[in-house]
Amino acid sequence: MAQPLDTLVETPSQTAGPYVHIGCIPTFAGVEGVYPQDLGRSPIAKGAKGEVITITGAVLDGTGWPLRDAMLESWQADAAGVYPGQDGADPAVSGFCRFAADADSGAFTLRTVKPGATHGRNGLHFAPHISLWIVARGINIGLSTRIYFADEDNSTDALLARIEQRPRVETLLAQPTDPGAYRFDIRLQGPDETVFLDL
Amino acid sequence: MTDPLMPRRREVHPVPLWPDYKTSVPRSPSLPLLSMESTPSEETGPRFGHSLIGPHDNNLIVNFTQGAESAVGERIRVHGRVMDETGRGVPETLIEIWQANAGGRYRHVKDTYFAPLDPHFGGCGRTLTDGEGHYEFMTIKPGAYPWPNRANDWRPAHIHFSVFGHAFGQRLISQMYFEGDPLIDRCPIAATVRDRSQLDRLVAPLEMQQSRGMDYLAYRFDIVLRGRRQSVFENKPEGM
Repeated sequence: MAQPLDTLVETPSQTAGPYVHIGCIPTFAGVEGVYPQDLGRSPIAKGAKGEVITITGAVLDGTGWPLRDAMLESWQADAAGVYPGQDGADPAVSGFCRFAADADSGAFTLRTVKPGATHGRNGLHFAPHISLWIVARGINIGLSTRIYFADEDNSTDALLARIEQRPRVETLLAQPTDPGAYRFDIRLQGPDETVFLDL
Repeated sequence: MTDPLMPRRREVHPVPLWPDYKTSVPRSPSLPLLSMESTPSEETGPRFGHSLIGPHDNNLIVNFTQGAESAVGERIRVHGRVMDETGRGVPETLIEIWQANAGGRYRHVKDTYFAPLDPHFGGCGRTLTDGEGHYEFMTIKPGAYPWPNRANDWRPAHIHFSVFGHAFGQRLISQMYFEGDPLIDRCPIAATVRDRSQLDRLVAPLEMQQSRGMDYLAYRFDIVLRGRRQSVFENKPEGM
């Protein structure tokens, strides 16, 4: 026998289900009048520093079919690489956004500023990226991934460096389509399965 | 510099792929997750203040009508505490809940079940935990309902919970079930949590001592989020 550990255990996840919008973005579900507006409508306010970009994409299942019920959340640093809440952060960047796959097409759009590079413990370097969290019916625990940018220098990023199968790095790179516009699709399964994270 | 999050104990969570929950089959990743120690992206996160929360937000019985009318159903109080793995309360964190009405119908453009909508019930609520992590909601007990999966699957009565914590890596969505519901053992979604002792942690007990006579029954639901590792050795160069 040994001393018992007094640590608790995280509450198990359960799927957000198809009606996650009621609780998180009620206006999208057709529930009006409870809150003045949905939470996390935009990660930036007027005057946010940096390049405003638009990222469009879809979450695709193992058959290639877009999820029409997915809800996504994003979290990011400001254009200088400072996270909201930290000293010196851009007050016009909340960094958090909630957005849903379109109920018909499955397409999502995130309009934000491109984040700056960031640093972690022990001098680790991270190229500009946006963290994503994806929930939907059939997803039993929220999926985490990151949007990096194909037109940035990602060569010294400490997370991308850990991906053994180098072609899979591509699954985390948003591809420029027009000035200020990117495409980023998330594939839950299949030969181009997105790299999902456990951090 | 922020402290690292404790690694997520995936074995207490549901399996991503569970054939009896059919939608999980094409929607679960096949390849292993990429694991590494948390970084600032996971260790920081959005914070929400009291200015967000309206006076009726945590009372689903009346919040759809802003206090004018009451929803139909068994009146219940759902309360508990949000803690992290170290046992500390998580203060001032946002909890959002959503649920079906007493007949098992959601107010959602995609729900076509023929149980009627309650004109006085929206089905969402939110609150911030207090300084010690405590929270409470007033609501009505949701009904069980059938859903398209196998030919005759029913969801046990449940309330969906969304919790933020203070770090994006603590983000959690789960469901609260009700003590004694015979549908829990028949539910393929509940069954995705393979460890029965972990599933039991999603089942709220009836708490008569917190119930109020001639008014409401109380159910207790505590929530544990990931904790942070704290050590004076943390911020030294690797290996030193």
